[in-house]
Parts: sequence; C-alpha cells; structure tokens
Amino acid sequence: MLRRPATSTQITHLQRLWLYGLVGLVIAFLIIPCLIVVPMSFSDSQYLEFPPRVWSLRWYEAYFFSSEWRQSTWVSLKVGAVTTILATILGTLASYGLHKSTNVFKPIVRGMLVLPMMVPLIFVAIGVFFVYARLGLNNTIAGLVLAHTTLAIPFVMIAVGNGLSGFDMNLERAARGLGASPVRAFLTVTLPQIRISVLSGMLFAFVTSFDEVVVSIFVSSGANSTLTKRMFANIRDQVDPTVAAISSLLVVLSIVVLVAGQFIQRRGRSGPSPD
Amino acid sequence: MTVMVQETEPVVLNNSLLQRSRNLQGISFIGLSLPAAMLVAAVLIIPFSWLAWLSLFDAAGNLSTENYVRLLRPAYVDSFLTTFKVAGLVTAICVLLGYPVAYLLSQLPQRATQILMVFVILPFWTSVLVRTYAWLVLLQRQGIINQWLLSSGLISEPLPLVHNMTGTVIGMVHVMLPFLILPLYASMKAIDPVLLRAAANCGASPAQAFRQVFLPLSLSGLSAGIALTFVLCLGFYLTPALLGGGRVAMWSTQIADMVAKFANWGAASALSVVLLVVTGGILWGVNRFMRVPDAWGGKR
Amino acid sequence: MGAGKVSIRHVHKAYGAFKALDGISLDIYPGEFLTLLGPSGSGKTTLLNVIAGFERPDSGSLMVDDVEFITRPPHKRDLGMVFQNYALFPHMDVFDNVAYPLKLRGIDRESIRNRVMGALETVHMDKLEARRIGELSGGQRQRVALARAIVFEPKILLMDEPLSALDKNLREHMQMELKRLHNRLGMTTVYVTHDQQEALTMSDRIAVLDRGRVVQLDTPQNIYDHPNCKFVAGFMGETRFLPVEWRDNSYHLGNRSLRLASQPYCDVNGWLIVRPERLRWAGNAQRDNRIAGKIMDIVYRGDSHLISVSLAGNHEISIRHTGLEGKELPVPGQEIELWLTPEASVVVGDAVQ
Repeated sequence: MLRRPATSTQITHLQRLWLYGLVGLVIAFLIIPCLIVVPMSFSDSQYLEFPPRVWSLRWYEAYFFSSEWRQSTWVSLKVGAVTTILATILGTLASYGLHKSTNVFKPIVRGMLVLPMMVPLIFVAIGVFFVYARLGLNNTIAGLVLAHTTLAIPFVMIAVGNGLSGFDMNLERAARGLGASPVRAFLTVTLPQIRISVLSGMLFAFVTSFDEVVVSIFVSSGANSTLTKRMFANIRDQVDPTVAAISSLLVVLSIVVLVAGQFIQRRGRSGPSPD
Repeated sequence: MTVMVQETEPVVLNNSLLQRSRNLQGISFIGLSLPAAMLVAAVLIIPFSWLAWLSLFDAAGNLSTENYVRLLRPAYVDSFLTTFKVAGLVTAICVLLGYPVAYLLSQLPQRATQILMVFVILPFWTSVLVRTYAWLVLLQRQGIINQWLLSSGLISEPLPLVHNMTGTVIGMVHVMLPFLILPLYASMKAIDPVLLRAAANCGASPAQAFRQVFLPLSLSGLSAGIALTFVLCLGFYLTPALLGGGRVAMWSTQIADMVAKFANWGAASALSVVLLVVTGGILWGVNRFMRVPDAWGGKR
Repeated sequence: MGAGKVSIRHVHKAYGAFKALDGISLDIYPGEFLTLLGPSGSGKTTLLNVIAGFERPDSGSLMVDDVEFITRPPHKRDLGMVFQNYALFPHMDVFDNVAYPLKLRGIDRESIRNRVMGALETVHMDKLEARRIGELSGGQRQRVALARAIVFEPKILLMDEPLSALDKNLREHMQMELKRLHNRLGMTTVYVTHDQQEALTMSDRIAVLDRGRVVQLDTPQNIYDHPNCKFVAGFMGETRFLPVEWRDNSYHLGNRSLRLASQPYCDVNGWLIVRPERLRWAGNAQRDNRIAGKIMDIVYRGDSHLISVSLAGNHEISIRHTGLEGKELPVPGQEIELWLTPEASVVVGDAVQ
C-alpha cells in the first residue's frame, strides 16, 4: 500500500509519510481543544481533570439549576432567533438587489455591506456602546439584535451571493416572459432555486449572533446578559467548571450545526427534492 | 429583387425614454439593499465616524491633536509593538503549520479531502470563547499539559503557559489557522495538476517540481492568507483578553480598557482610528501588490 | 543516444471494474509518426500516460530502446510531451518555459540561450520570447508547448490531443506544421487524437483503440480503405452499413450477389461499408455492384448537394452530387440506381476476426 504512487508524478505514500505525520499533528492541535472540554465537564472535581477520576453530572446540574445561566441562555436564543430572521431577510434582499443591479454605486454599497465582517469587533463594540448610551439601547434585547443583525448581514450576503452566481437568471426571465410579476417571479422561481444558500445563510446568521462575545460584553448586562457575556465574565474572574459544561453543550451544538450545514449542502447538490 | 425599408418617416430612437427606464431599473434593484445599508450605517458607520470626530477634540471640547499626541507615550508605543509582535508571530506560526495542511488537502483524493476538511472547519464553527476556555484549562498551572509534563518528569515546576504571551499566541494560532488554510487551499486547488506532470516531463524531480512550479503558483493565495490572518490578529480582542491575563497589552484590549475602565472616549477613538488606518493600509497595499501575481494565476 | 524505439507488451490497467487498458501490445518504430486514435474512454490517453510515466499499469512491460521503463519515474524518462491544454507554467515567460528542461539538466546559460532560441525559431515564436503566457493566443501557446517538448532533443515526442483547443482553420494549419516538423526532426512521435481526419492527415501508422484494446494497426490508407471491423469502419469517414448475407458461396446484398475485390473481414454475415464518396452515379452492370433506392431529401452543402437515398429494408445511404457527374440533380421521390466498384466494396464483421 505504502509503495503505491500517491500522485501522478509517482511519489509514493511512503515518501510522503512525514507530511501525513505533520498534518496529523496540526489537525490534532486544531481538534483537541474543541473536544477535550466534553469529557472534562463530567469531572466531579473543582479542578478540571483529564481523564476525570470521578465522573459526575455536577456541573451540568450547576448550569441547569442556576436561574442566571438559564436566563442568559434564553436571552441568547431570543436574540439569535430574531437576528436570524432579520439578517436573512435584509441580507437576501441586498444580495439579490446587488446581483441584478447595474448601478454605478454597486461596488460601494457592496463594500459597505461587507464592512461589518472586515472591521475588528472591538470597533463595532465601542461604537454601538457609545451610540446606544445616547439612545437608551444599552442592555436591551433590541440593541443586541440590531448589532448582531449588522454583523450577520455580510455572512448571509455571501451565502446567498454564492447561490445567485450559480443560478441561471434566464429562468427568472422565462418566468417574467410567461407573465409573472417581478415579485412573483422571485418568490416562485428564484427563491426556490437558491433556498439552500438562504438556509446556510440563516445558519451563519444564527451562529454569528449566538457565539458573538465582544459586542455583548459592552452592550449587555444584568437581566439581559447573553450567555457568552456571562461566560466571558466567569472565565476572566475564575475558572468555574460550570463553563466546561456549557462549553460542551456549545461544542455539541456546533457539531450539530456543522452536520446540518453539510446535510443541507449535500441535499442541495443532489438537485431539487421531489416534494 | 432587393428588399429595403424606405425610410420615409423620421427615425424614432427613444434614447431618452430608454435611458430613464434603465436608470429607474438600476435604482430599484440597488434599492433592495437599502434597508441593510441603512442598518450598517446606523450601527457601524455613523457611530464610528462620530467617535473619529470626537477624537479630534480635547477634554475641554477644543479642537486639538492631544488624543493622537498621547499615543506616542511609551505605554501606547509598547502596546503598538506588542500588537505587531503577536500578529507577526501568530501569522508566521500559522504559515508553518497551515501550508502543509493546505497542500495535503489540495493533493488528496476528493473523499479524503472532505474528511480532512471537516477537521479544519469544526474549529471554525466552534465558539471562540469555548476554544479559548479550553486552552485556559489545558495550559493553566494545574492544567493537563503541566500535569503531564510533571508526571513524565520532564519538568519539576509547572511552566507558565498562560496569562502571558505564550498562551495568547497559542490561543490565537488556534483561532487564525483556518483563516490561513482555507484561502491557501482554494488557491492551491486552482493550480492545474497537469503543470506538475509537465514539470516532471521536463525532468524535474518531485522536490524540484514543488519548489519551481507549485510553490511560486501558491504564493498569491499564501499572501492573501497572510494578509487576512495578520489583519485579523491586529484587531483581535477575545483571546488576548482571556489568555493574556492582563499582561499582554494589545491594541484591542487597550481600547476596551480605556472605554470600560476610564471612559476615556477621546483616547480610545484615536487609537481605533490609527488601528483602522493601519489595517486599511495593509489591505490596500496587499491588494495592489497582489494584482501582478493574479494576472498570471487567473487566466490560463 | 538511442533511436527511439518503443515496445509495449501486455499492458493492463484497470480502475475498479473498468478496464482502461486491456492487454495492449504495440511496437513503435524509430522515427515514425504513430497516432493512437479512438473515442473517449478507449484508453488512448491512458496508454500515452503509461508511456510518459504518469500512470503505472497493473501489469505489462514498456521497453524504450530495449530498456525497461515501466517503473521509472516520469522525470527520468527523457520524453518530450505536449499536453492537451499545453500546461505552460503561468509564472514563467515564454523563454523560461522553454528553458526549464534545459536548466534542470544543468546546461550552461550560453547553450540554454542558443538552444531555446533555436527551438523557438523552429516553431516561429522567436520574436515573443519575453511574453507572459497569459498574453499568448491559443496557437502561440501550442507552439511554445511544442518548443518546450523538443528543446532537450528527446528521442520520443508524446502529444496528447495537442490541437483540440484550437479552432478549425488553425488546427488544419498546425497539422501541416507538425507534420513538416516531424519530417525535419525525425523524432519518434506518439500522437493521441479522437479526430480521424487529423490521424489520417498526419500519421505514418494509426493504431485504432477501442475499450482498452488495439483494434487495428496499419497505415492511414489501409485503415480507411480496408477497416478490419465495423468499429474501425464506423470511426472513419461518413460511413453507412448495409447488412450482407453469406449464402451460395458469396455475399448477398438483398438478393444480389456482391462482387468483392478483396477478402472480406468476416466469416458469415457482415456489413457492406458505404461512404458517399465511393458511390458512383453510373456503373457497369457486368462488373460493378448495383444498389437501387429512392431519393428522400437533398441538402445543399456549398461544394455539393448531399442526397439521402432510402433502400429496401429501411436502410439509408447518402451520396454527393457535385454537378460534374453528367447527371441531372434528381428530385425527391425519384427511383435511382447507384454503383459501387468491387474495389470500393468492403465487407466487415462486427468484431475483428
């Protein structure tokens, strides 16, 4: 097996063994920190151990029975859900508009809309903190939603833009030619064709909001603290194993999201479903 | 028999009518992006411009360069240097670790690539906070790595791996590595494998073919990845704040401190403006510099 | 330096259940222009890649000038190759592309310059040595790729559909140029194409491949005039097949006995090959074979009219009418008689006998 050529220029697997080893180490470096908190969160000890000497659900109990943790989780879910809806609608509209527009200002608008993805989060954080203070939006759900929607729009736009670039605009023209109004043509022909991209844009939007920390640190506190804000404060002040339990749940969530994303794309690639 | 239209009537070209209709269409489509653009303006552009404007005034409200002059104090200059040092170090390590991964990804058969790609993307999807926390747990004094090193007898005292530069760099490399690997992989994937066959056919050994053909062709993707990684490092807040333990004063942590601890908006804004200019300058420079390699990488 | 002789013996290569090469044996003579011709999936490119060293066959032998090459890595084979899409290095200019094989061979700069300029002159590219690859047209890239393949004077030159990316006029022009170049340089050339016209124009010999086997190996003339099976006949020219039956010691088309000038390439029942240019408007009933039919439709083609004729048994053939036959252009529905000389009448079987 090892002596068989791995490339068309006849380099064997044996000759590339060092490369496989090196890449294996890098992958281990990437993956282990993402996964190691899961077994450690089942430790009974105040100091997290690996492998745990005594297994227990103690830190999960600490999470689920704490009204503060529950409340902040609820805030994060609410903000994430509303952000997903808003960002998907605004981002899809913007992406579609820019795709079809021939206006000279198109590059400027596009550049402006991807800006939230490019600038350091700390800028966004102090900016909204400063303005929200004048508008009374600090520590409100609405303030968080507005900021998170802004951050999520570029991701939705990129996902939908990918879908649109693979979409044959002649289909929409055909619909128009058959008598559909522009809105109807979009809703009945274009949108169904790019729905996979819109779905993955939604996924991005939710994750962007749910995982966002830096802006939340500044503009959420007290009863409206997000989960990440509370975790951040907790990690900075002491290493509380409850965070390990929450982190494990978040790791599981991200794996679910990743698998869901792959599944959506797989389905998308195999063509429109019969239903 | 000749067939020709006799133009007896004046020619109607409808130029102005058509132009107006075209303009209207252009506006109506770009208008769809208006709600999103307004939100971005309200949440990002206006607040930041407002802060940038404020940075031009001193505490008494007079126009002054005070906020910028203050940035020349040693504390700020140090943070400036620290930021560049960390960003440079993290980027360099990312290149060393990321290049082989991207290379292998681009060379493996599709199935293997898909599997390997999951390992690169999983960290991407995992919350930065969770990963930073994991590193804290791994690297702290009683953390796993120190425990293993102690029990294996390699060290007698726990190593200070976190709440310092070491921890910050390790944590940031972990966050940034996918940002380097993904664009690099994309550019390597675009290199036609037949070029390596052609090199072999010309008499190049695999090592020569890599050095003389593959490496030069991957440089445009590599420089894009380096620029992205470096710029992201410059403004990165979370990992230095948590793994630096207050000892690694980077730009972003200083901006946060000035706002949160001292409510010194003028200084924070000035620092942000400088950071923005530097970041924008690097991206602009790289973009300009990249034009040349793109010319031969793009079309074939 | 050897002569450039290639001996391929029993080469097998399978991808899973698909047999890309199914026991190919082939001798390529020094200095000849040999074309591997076949449809896609016939194994012609795989065979070329085996010779170049980019595919390792499952079994078999590949001797180049009596040296076993089968496991030799490609960069130690010293074979020139022109790739389908040229595979020019986009980060090097024209000169550096052509100089690349010479640099790898550690040749001094002075000689490199002379030889590169010589090679570029050979392909009429000597004025453009400083151009970037992105600035060249398809035909120019083709020439550079050719210069790079011949600059180190390999004994054997491999070409993988080198003209397929060019438009028709340029392709025909390059065919002539490649042919002349081969005559001048005299290196053994193995040429892969799916274009029968190209193969007929350029080759000394053609090997027709189908499903990983060499079906017929012969001169272009023989391949065209005397295909040894239905597949080869169908691959060359605009061929129609009429079923013939073996009875009473001769082949019959319908109930007429066929007069053949050469031995048929089948045992029992077979096919008569009918090509438009071999059909005659007039013939000798004592000597030639007669085919009766009815005109279906007439299509104007510029240089001629192409006329479809339907025959008994729901068969269809076509013939050209150039206006020089001394016959009026017929009209659809008209009954006519067409003629094939015995020399032009070739009967083949479904498979090679």
